Amino acid sequence: MQLITCPWCGPREEIEFSYGGQAHVPYPADPSALDDEAWARFVFFRDNPKGPFTERWVHTAGCRRWFTAVRDTRTHRFLGTPRMSTELTS
Amino acid sequence: MSRVDGYGRIDRTRTVTITVDGVAYTGHPGDTVASVLLAHDARPATTSVKLGRPRGITGSWTEEPTGLIQVEEPFPEPMLQATTVEAVDGLVVRGVNGQGRLSQVADHARYDRRHRHTDVVVVGAGPAGLVAARDAARRGEDVVLLDDRPAPGGSLTGTEVIDGRPALAWVDDVVAALAASPTVTHLQRTTAFGHHDDGFVLALERCTDGRTRQRVHRVRAARVVIAAGAIERPYVIEDGDRPGVVLASAARDLLHRHGVLAGREVVVATTNDSAYAAAVDLRDAGAAVRVVDARDEAPAAWARRCAERSIGITTGATVRGTRGEEHVTAAVVGDEEVPCDLLLLSGGWTPTAHLFSHVGGRLAYDAGIGAYRPAERLDGVEVVGAANGTLALADVLREAGGPDAPTAPAEEAAPPRVLWRAEGDPARQFVDAARDATVADVARAVAAGMTHPEHVKRYTTIGTAHDQGKTSGVLAVGIIAELTGRPLAELGPTTFRPPYTPVAFAALAGRERGDLFDPVRTTPLHGWHVAAGAEFEAVGQWQRARYYPRAGEDMTAAVLRECAAVRGGVGIMDASTLGCIDVRGPDAGELLDRLYTNMMSSLKVGRVRYGVVCGNDGMVRDDGTVLRLADDRFLVTTTTGNAAAVLDAMEEWLQTEWTDLRVRLTSVTDHWSIMAVAGPRSRDVVGAVFGDLDVSNDAFGFMTWRDTVLDGTPVRVARISFSGELAYEVHVSAWHAPAVWDRLVAAGERYGITPYGTETMHVLRAEKGYPIIGQDTDGTVTPHDLGMSWAVSTKKPDFVGKRSFARPANRDPARKQLVSLLPDDAATLLPEGSQIVELRADGRLPAPPVPMLGHVTSSYRSAELGRPFALALVKGGRDRVGETVHVPVAGELVPARIGPTVLVDPEGARRDG
Repeated sequence: MQLITCPWCGPREEIEFSYGGQAHVPYPADPSALDDEAWARFVFFRDNPKGPFTERWVHTAGCRRWFTAVRDTRTHRFLGTPRMSTELTS
Repeated sequence: MSRVDGYGRIDRTRTVTITVDGVAYTGHPGDTVASVLLAHDARPATTSVKLGRPRGITGSWTEEPTGLIQVEEPFPEPMLQATTVEAVDGLVVRGVNGQGRLSQVADHARYDRRHRHTDVVVVGAGPAGLVAARDAARRGEDVVLLDDRPAPGGSLTGTEVIDGRPALAWVDDVVAALAASPTVTHLQRTTAFGHHDDGFVLALERCTDGRTRQRVHRVRAARVVIAAGAIERPYVIEDGDRPGVVLASAARDLLHRHGVLAGREVVVATTNDSAYAAAVDLRDAGAAVRVVDARDEAPAAWARRCAERSIGITTGATVRGTRGEEHVTAAVVGDEEVPCDLLLLSGGWTPTAHLFSHVGGRLAYDAGIGAYRPAERLDGVEVVGAANGTLALADVLREAGGPDAPTAPAEEAAPPRVLWRAEGDPARQFVDAARDATVADVARAVAAGMTHPEHVKRYTTIGTAHDQGKTSGVLAVGIIAELTGRPLAELGPTTFRPPYTPVAFAALAGRERGDLFDPVRTTPLHGWHVAAGAEFEAVGQWQRARYYPRAGEDMTAAVLRECAAVRGGVGIMDASTLGCIDVRGPDAGELLDRLYTNMMSSLKVGRVRYGVVCGNDGMVRDDGTVLRLADDRFLVTTTTGNAAAVLDAMEEWLQTEWTDLRVRLTSVTDHWSIMAVAGPRSRDVVGAVFGDLDVSNDAFGFMTWRDTVLDGTPVRVARISFSGELAYEVHVSAWHAPAVWDRLVAAGERYGITPYGTETMHVLRAEKGYPIIGQDTDGTVTPHDLGMSWAVSTKKPDFVGKRSFARPANRDPARKQLVSLLPDDAATLLPEGSQIVELRADGRLPAPPVPMLGHVTSSYRSAELGRPFALALVKGGRDRVGETVHVPVAGELVPARIGPTVLVDPEGARRDG
């Protein structure tokens, strides 16, 4: 079981986290302006690289905060878990 | 008796008695079942799993492939090795033929778990591990030292010299120093069985006192030092599985640990220097010994020691087979049969690199030792000593300890010969005695085209027994190499996976079993339901009252009665498990508009609206009601099983996409208790209990809520119906739920108020065509498929899932749609999950594969309709209302008519009472 460093809580065991897939896939500004293929690409298609991958994680059993992380999909090593640039505002 | 005076680390002042296969044997503290048996020239009554060949003791620890026993007392445990079970008074075991038997009675022992965080974990308390632990402790590091044997020292027998003193005295000194260090935890009888990412080591401690039988240590270490030693392997000979054929190191171990001389006439067959130590030690203990060295020349120092002791050496020769029936009587060397009662085999040493391999460490073939050893550096992992392929004690100490390491006299050493098998009949050469698998079996696998060790392993089962091929694994690879002509460097060992040794599920479960297996959530009214005789069902972690049977009632009768009571009078149900989320903030309405398919921001304070939540794919994820409590505050309810998922989804949108929205989410599921009072007389009951509330339809209309107070307790009442009847939801703080529930029940008494459970609730809602998300839907169903286009806003520019509704696949009129099904015979209860088929015009089934139109999602008996009915997802279902389809039930095709989803009160006349 890996240790994953939550940017808010520090290193915690993997089972405390949930995976959120590829990061930086923004919800389209105007979905109705997209044709069916472009919309389907947003809903169903994600990158699957061999190597560093920027992805979303959430500390489900901890602070319940989302963060982005760069992980090498070949080794599962986390290369960094910065706080999300767009933090939750109050 | 084969016990030798002056040898062994057993406590001869005390005696223990164990029973093996019905015979009582005496031994001493420090003995194993194997050493007790060998001390009495006995063996467990075991034969091999497939061929029924006699089996004896082969090893001295966890490498043991043959001496399998079943413990009967103190508590049944299947398939243990006689070499690893310590002899304690009262132990009762019997030999097993490769198959154990689980206990038939509950295990009342405690299994425990302990978490440890440390700078360094050292696996193995042999010379390498002790040096590593000592050095780390001297640096002030937190150290966890784990060793699977009862006593530290590893392979040291006591004949070695470290720092000029007997090795075991050195061990005692180091152990004492570690014990005095406040930063060291030293655990014996603790097997590190798994090594995972980021310094995570799982270890099983076999406890010897107290209530806890075993304990799993979950160790997280910044640095892992693997000093697990090496395991001797034999070379493969004809009938090498016969009792009396033993590993050379095991015989030496038996002598020095347990004072047992395993034979009087000993032949030592070796490919390397290490077995000479066994030859010399056994000779000194009184045995007659002859060495057969596969190498052309005997190592000079050992040859001299042998000569001093009249130990004959035959070089350039191998033992190629054995003679005997139940026990070995001779070793076959060339054409000669050498009489013996013990044949020791040494084919070299295999580093115990399992824990290195567990974390993906690469092993490479080292022709110098004829084995695979660690071949790369991993961050935070060190492999030292024999586990790293460093076999000579002096080298081990230097490798583990650096410049100020303890020293041992250098031994002149001759290189081993790498030998996998002697000449002989492949069908009688057992590679894995635990699996009765021979060289012929390997050859058969190779002939069948399997040349990779992983494939051969699966074909022959070599290495898949309780011992996981600790002695046989590399032999199999060597023999594959011979048969295929491919070098071992290319083949590689089979993958080592945790656990290193078998671990009981009970140990892994720890205390999380029985009532503690999974958390159980009960509502504040649970005690009332129990007292009322409710039958419960698990909904997620919740225990919900399913129905309340009266004397003589089965579930069908009870549910029909409860349904009739609600539709004809009044019923009350505990709905406290509904997920409740408090959504608060200036943008709360905006958030809900984006998440729900319909408009929520337009909801007026005091009103309630039903809503549907979809995913981006347009498929229904959840549904529920939304109460607007204030301009900036909503109470959202979710289905019982989905509460956490809905909250998580809301959080995800808020945190990752709509970070500009000023909204806070709070789970209040456990805060509120919700009681549903439903039926035409519900107004009378609610009106009687909450005197301050005007319950008239004009003052308190459908889908509105009102606050009131009962004896100083704030109560919220909402006109929400999940049955189509006039109904109220009473929300009250969980603390006050039992009191309020009692008041409602008391007030309802004169109307025959009937508590009803989830089963009745399901029937009542299905009669009205209300879907249950997750039962009538499966993640491929849109609101439109459910006939809920009315709940999908056409005004809002966007909401989650909207764009997907416009995809051609989602507008296909042939999509599966929710409909009702009424079996023509008005008697058959269509099983949920049944497929729905259509007959051809000629009244017969189409040829297979028969096209499936859909399936039954809900099916019940209806008191109101006086017949069974079902809900189903059917292709193009709404356009087929009135048509007949067929449902296979118990081999018969049952005709059923497709109907609209709402079967009871389609006009909705009952909701206002």
